[in-house]
Amino acid sequence: MQGNVQKIFVPLTAIVVLLILWEALVWFMGWPTFKMAAPSDIWPAFLRFQPMFWEYGWQTLWRTVAGLGLAVLFGTLIGMIMGLSRIMNDALYPLLVGFNAIPKATVVPVVALMFVGQHDFNTILIAFLISFFPIAVSVAIGLSTLEPEYRDILRSLGASRFTVFWKIALPKTLPEFFGALKVAVTLAFIGTNLVEIITPHGRGLGHLFQSAQINSDFPLMFAVLIALAALGIILYYIVVALERIFAGWADRTAT
Amino acid sequence: MGNLIEIKGVTHAYQTKAGPLPVLDNLNIGVPEGSFCAVVGPSGCGKSTLTRLIAGLMFPDQGEVWLHGELVKSPRKTVGMAFQNPVLLEWRTILQNVILPLEIVAPSMPKRQKEERARELLSLVGLDGFENKRPSELSGGMRQRASLCRSIVHKPDVLILDEPFGALDAFTREDLWQTMHELRVKEPFTAMLITHDLRESVYLGDQVVVLSGRPATTQYIMDIPMPGPRPLDMLYTPDSVEKLAVLRKQIQIAQGRTDAEAA
Ligand SMILES: Nc1ncnc2c1ncn2[C@@H]1O[C@H](COP(=O)(O)OP(=O)(O)OP(=O)(O)O)[C@@H](O)[C@H]1O
Ligand SMILES: [Mg+2]
Repeated sequence: MQGNVQKIFVPLTAIVVLLILWEALVWFMGWPTFKMAAPSDIWPAFLRFQPMFWEYGWQTLWRTVAGLGLAVLFGTLIGMIMGLSRIMNDALYPLLVGFNAIPKATVVPVVALMFVGQHDFNTILIAFLISFFPIAVSVAIGLSTLEPEYRDILRSLGASRFTVFWKIALPKTLPEFFGALKVAVTLAFIGTNLVEIITPHGRGLGHLFQSAQINSDFPLMFAVLIALAALGIILYYIVVALERIFAGWADRTAT
Repeated sequence: MGNLIEIKGVTHAYQTKAGPLPVLDNLNIGVPEGSFCAVVGPSGCGKSTLTRLIAGLMFPDQGEVWLHGELVKSPRKTVGMAFQNPVLLEWRTILQNVILPLEIVAPSMPKRQKEERARELLSLVGLDGFENKRPSELSGGMRQRASLCRSIVHKPDVLILDEPFGALDAFTREDLWQTMHELRVKEPFTAMLITHDLRESVYLGDQVVVLSGRPATTQYIMDIPMPGPRPLDMLYTPDSVEKLAVLRKQIQIAQGRTDAEAA
């Protein structure tokens, strides 16, 4: 009980302290809003554009989640192929590393040209491309480092490869999978915003940021950044909650 | 004939980057039904390879492995295995871990019945009250007990034990030796135990097979005719002390150290 109060109260206090320090710093330095907006400027900006925050925030959110969902499906599939077959691992690994090394900002215009006008699709595609790598790698490593004895306890009874995968390899990989998912969720979020800012098509929080910049509405720009941070935190903790449910057994400190 | 485990002229080599690595060379071992065979030999001589051949996880280059009068061509549902690492599944409770083989071997058995069977075994090895704990909440010795339960839950006729007590401290190990004797009375099986501990082999084995260094052949076989559970004191009788001395000598020969000793 006391632990729960602490878990909510301590981070909230930290946020409040940060806001106060921020406000004090801006006031003390006498910065104009185009240099650094203070929390007292940002809150009114948020209130003024509140309906847009909800609408655009929702667009950013669902496209990120869709991209992430694709990344989970595709990343797990690639990871399974690489983790279960040595040859496929040798073949795919350099390709994946090379692909991952390409800065995704350069891919955005390419994708925009390939699928002209398909804004939702483009955004989801980039979010997916940027976030599937850690998932694929973690699943591949989880599967390929399965100790032979774990396989043998079932294989010696004549169990099929699929049974071994389903009953042992898959659950055993879950902690690594969720570790990667925490990284992937942030990456997917970055991917979505990247597209929303680079390609002007009037959607998402990235677009709100873009139009604030054009209108030199500096408090609004900061307000968008804060909204993005808040969304990021929410997404991250949803993954943490899922991890608790599906891979809570790996947490040795809990009980 | 009449042996439940029959290893006939088994020769096997691993294909490695540096060429073939001969591991077993014309190995012959027979274990009668209900009997307990302890196998000792120098480290790396091919003992684990032998267990994998018996389990049907691998097949010998030459020679044959027979179980119950049948040539082993694939894994069989009537085999149980336990290793030095207890390999319990962290995400399952102890009870669910013990049930695992039944899920493969007897998928249609009602859950209640599976659990009943697992509970019965857990209480045999002194783990009642731990059914719903996670493996990480148990000591090493307790985990190994749970692993033993899992290896016999489906009433295998062949039990293959690859150094299951190797990582335990001396007291826990002796405890588990006695548990092994008790299990044999209540759950008859034919066993092959790989071990590095000569006292363990004499205390548990009806026969002790000494393998030579790699590639392993059957170098020496000692019979220990002493049916029924054995008291730990038996290890300190003059007869056993003599047997241990003989085995130690054989191991030294297997390691190729006799000349150095004699000099
Ligand atoms: N999959 C494999 N591929 C190539 N070589 C292998 C493989 N498995 C084992 N070996 C080699 O075969 C030899 C015998 O291995 P094995 O594990 O059967 O020995 P062991 O008697 O069980 O050893 P220990 O007493 O240390 O457990 C070793 O030299 C080992 O390096
Ligand atoms: Mg071994």
